[in-house]
Amino acid sequence: MKENSASEAADESWDLVIESSGRKTYLNLGEVFRFKDLLFLFVKRDFVTFYKQTVLGPLWFFIQPLLKVTIYYVIFARIADISTDEVPPILFYLTGLTFWEYFASCWKKISETFLENQHIFGKVYFPRLVVPLSVMISNGIKLGIQFLLFAAFWAYYRYAGFDITLQPELLLLPAYILIIALLGLGSGLIVTSLTTKYRDLKFLLETVIQLLMYLSPILYPLSLAEGVFRKILLANPMTAVLEAIKYSFLGTGVFSWTYLAYSLGFSVVLVLTGILIFNKTERNFIDTV
Amino acid sequence: MPETVLDIEDVGKQYRLGEIGTGTLSHDLKRWWSKVRGKGDPFARVGEENAREVAGGDFVWALRDISFRVKRGEVLGIIGKNGAGKSTLLKLLSRVTRPSSGTVKARGRIASLLEVGTGMHPELTGRENIFLNGAILGMTRPEIEAKFDEIVAFSGCAKYVDTPVKRYSSGMKVRLGFAVAAFLEPEILIVDEVLAVGDAEFQRKAVGKMKDVTSEGRRTVLFVSHNMAAVSSLCTRAVVLSNGRLTFDGSPDDAIAHYLSASAEDFRHEGFTDRKGTGHVKVEDVGIAGAAPGIPPQTGSPFSLRFTLSNPMNIPAPDIRFDLRIDDAAGQRVAWLSNTLSENTVPQPAREIAFEVEKLGLNAGKYYVTFYLEVRNEVSDWVHNAFSFEVSEGDYYGTGKPVPLNQSNILIDFKVAYDV
Repeated sequence: MKENSASEAADESWDLVIESSGRKTYLNLGEVFRFKDLLFLFVKRDFVTFYKQTVLGPLWFFIQPLLKVTIYYVIFARIADISTDEVPPILFYLTGLTFWEYFASCWKKISETFLENQHIFGKVYFPRLVVPLSVMISNGIKLGIQFLLFAAFWAYYRYAGFDITLQPELLLLPAYILIIALLGLGSGLIVTSLTTKYRDLKFLLETVIQLLMYLSPILYPLSLAEGVFRKILLANPMTAVLEAIKYSFLGTGVFSWTYLAYSLGFSVVLVLTGILIFNKTERNFIDTV
Repeated sequence: MPETVLDIEDVGKQYRLGEIGTGTLSHDLKRWWSKVRGKGDPFARVGEENAREVAGGDFVWALRDISFRVKRGEVLGIIGKNGAGKSTLLKLLSRVTRPSSGTVKARGRIASLLEVGTGMHPELTGRENIFLNGAILGMTRPEIEAKFDEIVAFSGCAKYVDTPVKRYSSGMKVRLGFAVAAFLEPEILIVDEVLAVGDAEFQRKAVGKMKDVTSEGRRTVLFVSHNMAAVSSLCTRAVVLSNGRLTFDGSPDDAIAHYLSASAEDFRHEGFTDRKGTGHVKVEDVGIAGAAPGIPPQTGSPFSLRFTLSNPMNIPAPDIRFDLRIDDAAGQRVAWLSNTLSENTVPQPAREIAFEVEKLGLNAGKYYVTFYLEVRNEVSDWVHNAFSFEVSEGDYYGTGKPVPLNQSNILIDFKVAYDV
């Protein structure tokens, strides 16, 4: 029996080896890929259940941004009278806001991953990364729907005779969206990992996102910012992407390869860090949550 | 010889006690500081076991140095008191949390029936939930499609498969969840008292499925239960966990005997501090016995409570009234015993009094005893909830079927008669 067990111990043919926590952390992306069916089922679940038991149903996808844009129009265009680079303020705000909302909603929702799913995570194992990725995808679909609203406004203003033109840089739109998605994913992964221990962050997050929105060129053009303020804006990785998007759709704004490269680099580092922290937290979070 | 499918080596799991979330930041900083200086974790205590009563110490080992191997086709029973570490072990095996030390190695998929209905969404239909639940358990879409009809038939929810699950009865939800888990067909199946849910017909199906799974000899089952009858009839081997350590590994019947005798030692007096009465006759000591001295009480087995009395005034037995009130853990009175209800044939002064029950009609659980002594219509010794005893599950009706714990604490003899 003893000899037998010794030979078995040397045998490397185990399908699953659970080691104690504190060992090396991996990205574990291969395993996530094996659970792709689950990923899409989560996306489907999010959609089917989003507007169940609401009167207006899918219309909510449009109502929310419209309300926000109206408020910003009254405050920033009417009362504060802040320039929007000759672009009609409503269209200007909607451009930035449509894409900002994708970032903000990814960040917010992914930050809730551990706390919202503890009843599932406490019972069954699957690569936890599936949940944030599904949030990223379902919010991406939401972005697609809200993009239709933006497109309608764009077309309206275009035919109303305003000077807005599509730029060739629009071809990079998938890259812009990818950078935004990675930024949202990375920030969300880091926050959700930290909230399992420090619940305080949950209360801070809303404010931080709000603050960051005002530090992004959404309600004003980057060209308006000068000195230190401009430097702060440029440090925000969302700035370059939002400016590039506005430039691509409206013809005004700053398109800079350097700034975009910074945003891309920032997003990749953020996501890799996020995944490592997330995978480390995932192992034991159920004990501390 | 069948190959080993599960190898658990020196596995331990440490938990932090007390209120988690306060002081963690300062702990983390101290820990970080000692790490920087190259010292060990200042908060990890060495050699502390999971003894719940021992106060002090922020950390506890819920599991310590657990090692065992399971071969293909074995049905391994895991028994132990509440808090012995059974659930922690299952959590480690189902990868919900990681061990603090040691390694677990497995061949094939491990699935647990802890997970019945996990991730079901009330707004989705039965069909959608089967796919979602199956995917959460690790099945691929083609796998679920192949077994879909069987799953629906097994759950008995065929008519409602396109109805949102929120309209299901709770039993239907459990059945649907169990059906998905049952058709997962893992190499290693973990069953944790799941049979306590669902109606009788469904339980029969579930036990049948579990027997199918094991009789093929290709799958391995880990069965966690408090139901000794089920462990003894279903398992081929059993391990006993006690205070986070593995104390026994062997045949199911030996394991059950080991478990029961070990829990007898746990009896302790909870102190007779709050007593009323003149004290002419007082209870000195209490002995609790099951089928034999040293064996703890078990449902359906003989049971006795023996009281040693201090009787300095040599009061004769007929002048002493001795009442026992037995309450269950919820504080409900389940029995009242008194020496006045029986014929007294002993005229001498009493030094000891015993209440003997031939066949204990109390279901498994904790019971509290209040005793009340009167000497010539005057209260002599009255102690409220003086001590408690634990009854372990037993086969009252001799059919191997226990009365569900949530149904009744009191068992009575009965016959079923049919008119045909």
